[in-house]
Amino acid sequence: MTRRYETVFIMTPVLSEEQTKETVEKFKKFLEERGAKIIYEEDWGLRKLAYPIKKKTTGFYYLIEFEGDPTLVADLELNYRRDERILRFLTVHLDKYGIEYAEKRRKLKADQKTTTSNSKLN
Amino acid sequence: MAQKETDIRYLTPINIETKKKKYCRFKKAGIKYVDYKDPDFLLKFINEQGKILPKRITGTSTKYQKKVAKAIKRARHLALLPFVTDQLK
Repeated sequence: MTRRYETVFIMTPVLSEEQTKETVEKFKKFLEERGAKIIYEEDWGLRKLAYPIKKKTTGFYYLIEFEGDPTLVADLELNYRRDERILRFLTVHLDKYGIEYAEKRRKLKADQKTTTSNSKLN
Repeated sequence: MAQKETDIRYLTPINIETKKKKYCRFKKAGIKYVDYKDPDFLLKFINEQGKILPKRITGTSTKYQKKVAKAIKRARHLALLPFVTDQLK
């Protein structure tokens, strides 16, 4: 049985661009190794935190939506905990409304992207 | 001179404000999923200190109040919303 999940994690701002990419790659690889299908990913970039975490006031946010076995979530979170580059993480199960919403949101983002790139071209 | 002081008469009837009926914005707009990733939207359901407003003030139905509360708590965990502040708005 597979379920749809959405996971967001915050990386420390001290990482370089390459290091953040490496971290993201690591978790994506883990998910793929465990047979999860990555449906969508989104880089929110460096954002200000609403309150300091581990004395950091900013962090790199990254979102991954995937479909996978429920047993892998615990392992994924264990991996998050072991990684000192991760400040915070949240994994939630998406119900049918959540999936619907995520799809709508994705579409909206894609539309925005095309319009901005078009305006750039013009 | 026989008129008593309590006998006040108005030329026009005083306007007693009729209360506007509160409604659940989720039911009205047909929103099914409350997103924790959208802190600007969730801002409508918290006060200046970052506390969750009760449903008797916002008018949200019980079903969606639960979802709103959950979304706000998730947003707080991800540092998208503060746990405590002053002058949020």
